[in-house]
Amino acid sequence: MNPLSLYEKLWQAHVVREEPDGTALIYIDRHLVHEVTSPQAFEGLRIAGRALWRRDSILATADHNTPTTDQKVIADPVSRLQVSTLDQNCRDYHITEFPMGDHRQGIVHVIGPEQGATLPGMTVVCGDSHTSTHGAFAALAMGIGTSEVEHVLATQTLLARKSKTMRVQVEGSLPRGVTAKDVALAIIGHIGTAGGTGHAIEFAGSAIRSLSMEGRMTVCNMAIEAGARAGMVAVDETTIAYLKGRPFAPGGARWDAAVAYWRTLHSDEGARFDRVVTLDASRIEPLVTWGTSPEMVTTVGGRVPDPAAESDATRREGMERALRYMALQPGMAITDIAIDKVFIGSCTNSRIEDLRAAAAVVKGRKVAANVKLALVVPGSGLVKSAAEAEGLDRIFIEAGFEWRNPGCSMCLGMNDDRLSPGERCASTSNRNFEGRQGAGSRTHLVSPQMAAAAAVSGHFADVRTFLN
Amino acid sequence: MKAFTTLDGLVVPIDRSNVDTDAIIPKQFLKSIRRTGFGPNLFDAWRYLDEGQPEQDNSKRPLNPDFVLNQPRYQGAQVLLARENFGCGSSREHAPWALDDYGIRALVAPSFADIFYNNCFKNGVLPIVLPADVVDGLFREVAASPGYRLRIDLAAQTVITPSGASHGFSVDEFRKYCLLNGLDEIGLTLRHADEIRAYEARRAQREPWIFGGAA
Ligand code: SF4
Repeated sequence: MNPLSLYEKLWQAHVVREEPDGTALIYIDRHLVHEVTSPQAFEGLRIAGRALWRRDSILATADHNTPTTDQKVIADPVSRLQVSTLDQNCRDYHITEFPMGDHRQGIVHVIGPEQGATLPGMTVVCGDSHTSTHGAFAALAMGIGTSEVEHVLATQTLLARKSKTMRVQVEGSLPRGVTAKDVALAIIGHIGTAGGTGHAIEFAGSAIRSLSMEGRMTVCNMAIEAGARAGMVAVDETTIAYLKGRPFAPGGARWDAAVAYWRTLHSDEGARFDRVVTLDASRIEPLVTWGTSPEMVTTVGGRVPDPAAESDATRREGMERALRYMALQPGMAITDIAIDKVFIGSCTNSRIEDLRAAAAVVKGRKVAANVKLALVVPGSGLVKSAAEAEGLDRIFIEAGFEWRNPGCSMCLGMNDDRLSPGERCASTSNRNFEGRQGAGSRTHLVSPQMAAAAAVSGHFADVRTFLN
Repeated sequence: MKAFTTLDGLVVPIDRSNVDTDAIIPKQFLKSIRRTGFGPNLFDAWRYLDEGQPEQDNSKRPLNPDFVLNQPRYQGAQVLLARENFGCGSSREHAPWALDDYGIRALVAPSFADIFYNNCFKNGVLPIVLPADVVDGLFREVAASPGYRLRIDLAAQTVITPSGASHGFSVDEFRKYCLLNGLDEIGLTLRHADEIRAYEARRAQREPWIFGGAA
């Protein structure tokens, strides 16, 4: 037998039919739905008079527009209509939904795994690019557009072509203070934001294997920022232990059969990859982005780079534009950059482990006087209650953080949580694009620990000096 | 879906790499539950001097005179010339909806982000990949000659410049067929409904836990 990569195994298991040019119909096992990218798809279905193919494949929640304060009704009428449209569509089509107010509601990429709705060997789609997150479970998980959402609703399939394969091998052990987020940023810094275009990335190596499922989700989440549509990690004991007993996971005899199959979900010895990239985990440091693309990243001990040293003209102009937008000078020490706000949350870093790590840094300290707002937004209602059971909320609140309700929040500011023009934020989210956290906003991407260290320092600070 | 066959269109250049979907259509406009009407907010943050809001009268807003879309010579553009990794970021189909609503029918760049590239085809907008040096040359030619147009022929897979230079491009056969004929992909797929059901039956044997919701 030909040795196969994990991606090839997942692909082959889902091909329903193939056109002569290689375009395939891929069967979709799990469809996650949120309010922003689904209304036009349901509308399309209605206009064409088509039925929903398999409603039990769908799990829906509202996350992008939902307020994180205690309002019961969304104040913004446009946001309110979008959320109520999702509720109505779920009622009309008898779809399982965790609506606003349900204790299981949260960011779609947090609740899927948390519920065991994401399982190894599945194809998982969602009208959201960070669907790559679910690949941490050895699932083939892809973000899709709204037309494709409609296609999946109506046919349970997706038209797709096989991707090229890339293996990113991270070997060795991560130093203290260095997290999955730093691994993700280090990979993006290394291969660039277009480095993974056209590829499905498998993250492998001893450093990846030693990560918890939360950490693996963080890395796969940002595969999209590396240009890849899918990221994945092979099944091991960590995967299986995480899934056991989750509400949507199989039980009884089915569990044993499932586990037996899941254990085959890894790349075979000798599997071929179109590209292999290797990183030394022991050399990764806590990272901070300085620009308007996630690849514009440097170490916390580093300096803002000088565009004059860049020989490629397009890249140089890009750097100059980024520095203007970010209001930074070349050569400035990263730790001299003062911040206005702190955001700990998003589908990248809002799980219990992220909150624990940030709380460990914050404990017994206070948010610096120059920081106007420090927000902690748990990824789901269940993460929130787990954190409260451990007393993490008290630690954050005593330090001067606001402890909010779950949602996407300031990751993209579709609700009321956003930056004002010119404000600078230490953010655990995944995109530092111009205007991402509000018009004129300036975002620096960091790990939860680094965001916590910045909150109590008022500027970026090396989290390693906080750990003893 | 709208068909695409040939186009002879005015070219507008967006000379930056990694143009993301937040730039193409900012998030506040994603609250709409419609597919149309996004054109006036295409590149909103670059195009206007104030911050745009959904359902606002855009004709009264102050324009940024430096932004290409506001320059008289590019009015009526149908082809957008771009740099590498155009359309990176979120999966929002509002990005191609906004381009289409504005009147852009084709895009030319050295590379596109994957999801955006897919989304374009679903909306009758043709994304064309040409080598970086060719795109670089096109940027220079556009800058030098007001009224610069490109002729695009999907069937022949060529882009022809005013001087007659012809650049071939590749496109998947199946996508080309759907786009040339303006076919409804869902309708096409449903012709294989029996195959999908047969596949489901096989999977239900092998991996029964995939089917059925929460236990
Ligand atoms: S948290 Fe941010 S990146 Fe994640 S799904 Fe929400 S808006 Fe998108």
